[in-house]
Amino acid sequence: MNLLLGALTLGFIFSLLALGVFISFRIFAFPDITADGSSTLGAALAAMLLVHRVNPVLATLAGFGGGFLAGTLTGILATKFKINGLLAGILVMTGLYSVNLHIMGRSNISVLGSSTLSTYVDRLGTALTRRNTLNVMGWEISSLEASLLVASFLFIVLAGCLMYVFFQTNLGTAMRATGDNHEMVRALGVNDENMIILGLGLSNGLIALAGAFIAQYQGFADVQMGIGMVVWGLASVIIGEALVGTKQIGLSITGAVMGSVLFRLLVAIALRLGLNPNDLKLVTALFVFAAPGLLNRFKTLKPRSSHA
Amino acid sequence: MLELLAVSKTFNPGTPNELRALQAVNLTVDGGSFVVIIGTNGSGKSTLLNAVTGSFFIDSGSISLAAAEITNWPEHRRAKLIGRVFQNPFSGTAANMSIAENLALAAYRGKPRRLGWPLRKPLLGEMRERVSHLNMGLDDRLKNPIGSLSGGQRQALTLLMATWLRPELLLLDEHTAALDPKSADQVIALTDTIVRRHKLTTLMVTHSMHQAANLGDRLIMMHRGHVIQDFRGAEKKRIRVDDLLARFEEVRRAELLDESAAELLRRVYI
Repeated sequence: MNLLLGALTLGFIFSLLALGVFISFRIFAFPDITADGSSTLGAALAAMLLVHRVNPVLATLAGFGGGFLAGTLTGILATKFKINGLLAGILVMTGLYSVNLHIMGRSNISVLGSSTLSTYVDRLGTALTRRNTLNVMGWEISSLEASLLVASFLFIVLAGCLMYVFFQTNLGTAMRATGDNHEMVRALGVNDENMIILGLGLSNGLIALAGAFIAQYQGFADVQMGIGMVVWGLASVIIGEALVGTKQIGLSITGAVMGSVLFRLLVAIALRLGLNPNDLKLVTALFVFAAPGLLNRFKTLKPRSSHA
Repeated sequence: MLELLAVSKTFNPGTPNELRALQAVNLTVDGGSFVVIIGTNGSGKSTLLNAVTGSFFIDSGSISLAAAEITNWPEHRRAKLIGRVFQNPFSGTAANMSIAENLALAAYRGKPRRLGWPLRKPLLGEMRERVSHLNMGLDDRLKNPIGSLSGGQRQALTLLMATWLRPELLLLDEHTAALDPKSADQVIALTDTIVRRHKLTTLMVTHSMHQAANLGDRLIMMHRGHVIQDFRGAEKKRIRVDDLLARFEEVRRAELLDESAAELLRRVYI
């Protein structure tokens, strides 16, 4: 049961990653792989600040800010310096590896001794329920896990709603249009380069926020933790699109969150069934490779069957 | 008023593909004038429009519009003054967004995009009203994605978007060339109505001699990066399709003569 709760919580936290990847890959059609570096950056910044007894909320915000800056840097390289988008992401990601090592001072740091958002949530949960374990339908679960799950769920609902509202505003509409048709957007007086820079900043800010949460959830930040993040995020987005389609931004946001949770559950089940954890990234990569083709199969099959 | 002074643009300079698209072009367009531009392929007519929109920066010369020197303005800044309709119906609208969202983007042309709400009731009402004037049955389909519309409907909407806020200059780049004849006629009729009603300063590039003869109050013919003919007022009114075809034939012959003469010289002297 705790395994399930853990998978759900991770799913909710990682849906920030999925939302970030959704912004860059889907809204801007920009293959941004800065995520592998910016997620670690968020974790490293938050962890380092926590170790220095900074307020956890501020530390987490700093993680977001760091990711935002990293994203804008990728955007500036891609637009102002006309570097291929993929390469711009690779450059920033590679550079961030050193930056992350400098921030942490070594390859990993633990935050177990510091008060983090997790300890806040735990204290709040215990205060509300007045006990250390809960009994849900006959299962004993720790109130820590339950509180973390509820807190991450509430946060994701809030973040998803904010993101939905943002993409309905004038600025958000202009951003979506930039990804759709940058020629038109320029003709309507929007600086499309600035839209891309801001959009990638937002995307990587969310991804770094996921990193900062993960560091506090698992109790440490590691310089390698970001490897494969883009593919994980993409896997979630693709699952989400299979579930709810791509027609509406609100549905897509919900889909990305659902995809992330489902992906984490699948991972937990696969590991439970004996999948070698070392193979996880290979399997995920194969999934992202194969999934669009498979999904298209389904879509093209549907109308044909109606003719028969 | 639009004023181009000695505008030159060469693509791929110094390479075998060098193309002198504009060669010291001078052009003054009075406010409220509807200018039609025709020319042979590669004559520089689209390049002229793109020089004004800022798709690229010109090599030399200057461009001013509505008393502002815009030669060094980036494209998105010029958009504050300029409304555009492209040749490709896909270029002027965002296919995955709704009609209303596209129109809302146009309603803020040249204004800063902040966190305000675009689809407010008054604007939606105005959209319904203005879209109904298109007579394309789109009034109740404001929530539909633009991608589901026909090319003609998309061009009509792009035209509406380009003129939603009155532009100082309207640029139409062969905006009916990709449409079927019936849609093209509809869009042309709409163009004429909108330009007349708002007295818009307009530059329209076209391949259609018919449109060139019947629309606008001034006609410019371009060839090899030069303006070679400029009909205005009564002269423009008298022009018929046959006159234009004859003039094109003349240009073509002169061209042939030039090339054969050049060939002859080459044979004799090299």
